[in-house]
Amino acid sequence: MALINYAAREINVKIVYYGPGLSGKTTNIKYIYEKLAPDLKGQLVSVATEQERTLFFDFLPIDLGNVRGFKTRFHLYTVPGQVFYNASRKLILKGVDGIVFVADSQIERMDENIESFENMIENLESYGMKLEDIPYVLQYNKRDLPNIASVEELQKNLNKDGVPYFEAIATKGVGVFETLKEIAKMVIRHLSSKAPA
Amino acid sequence: MNETKYIEESFKKVENILKKLKETSNANAVLLIDKAGQLITSIGDISSLDLTSFATLSAADFGATSQLAELIGEKSFSSLYHQGEKNSLYISLVANRVILAVLFDSKTTLGLVKVRTKHASAELEKILDDLFEKLKVSPKKEVFDRSFLKEAEEELDKLFGP
Repeated sequence: MALINYAAREINVKIVYYGPGLSGKTTNIKYIYEKLAPDLKGQLVSVATEQERTLFFDFLPIDLGNVRGFKTRFHLYTVPGQVFYNASRKLILKGVDGIVFVADSQIERMDENIESFENMIENLESYGMKLEDIPYVLQYNKRDLPNIASVEELQKNLNKDGVPYFEAIATKGVGVFETLKEIAKMVIRHLSSKAPA
Repeated sequence: MNETKYIEESFKKVENILKKLKETSNANAVLLIDKAGQLITSIGDISSLDLTSFATLSAADFGATSQLAELIGEKSFSSLYHQGEKNSLYISLVANRVILAVLFDSKTTLGLVKVRTKHASAELEKILDDLFEKLKVSPKKEVFDRSFLKEAEEELDKLFGP
């Protein structure tokens, strides 16, 4: 749930990048970190193994600036994708406001995408949250690789709710900011939708 | 008293308790963090500290050790202590909702920090329980109205391009 600090007049929104191992979640965050102007971003925190696999999470705060007198900030997190890190993955989902599901487009990774998507639903349920109540988008990453599934195939397997989706090549930054911008807008809209007109 | 006013009053009380905790325990800084890793407020010398990272890692630290606690048959660990060469950190959970982190050095002792934290926690718990009870109706509607949405979307367009 977005944290509103009335006294400090701050709003903090939590966005989590979810998906199977090596699908490119950290690559997304790293690209955002590299491209954003220094005054808009905080430290990139990575709790990773020596082989640069995410062990716990990556974290990047982004400042949106002042909106109606409230300092508005997006906190981007990635989860560790590897199956055996589920306990950490679950922890990161706590208090989530919006999710980017990063899928690996390679044909042989389809099962892992589906497994990770189902795991996300289960982990949300353990906090009493339902996926349909949370704004989320899909990112079909690694579109530059030769052995990839078609977008139709990915849509059929992963996008049963018909949410916005983006084709991406995170290593080159293709689709990275488009994805982030959409989820940010969706979260703000979702928060506003709870308010009276 | 309207909700925002009430929250601000409660917030002042919380800050006063934290100030007192910092002074009586002779600590360098005291931080209050929510369980999802967002900083609520901080008191003391934090000029050299990356607060956002600190808050995130503290919450993650607490979350991870809670899971460890479950593995050995404990519901959770109520506090954590990290000892450093110069600076140390004492982290505890208040009212089962927020994380209280006390940063201290050799000017004081772990024992004193623990005792003062326990007192402060009890006081904080009372205020926070009252606050959450009153806030069962979410106060969000006061912030997230249509004009907020519009301005936020404009900022996002500015940041990432239309």
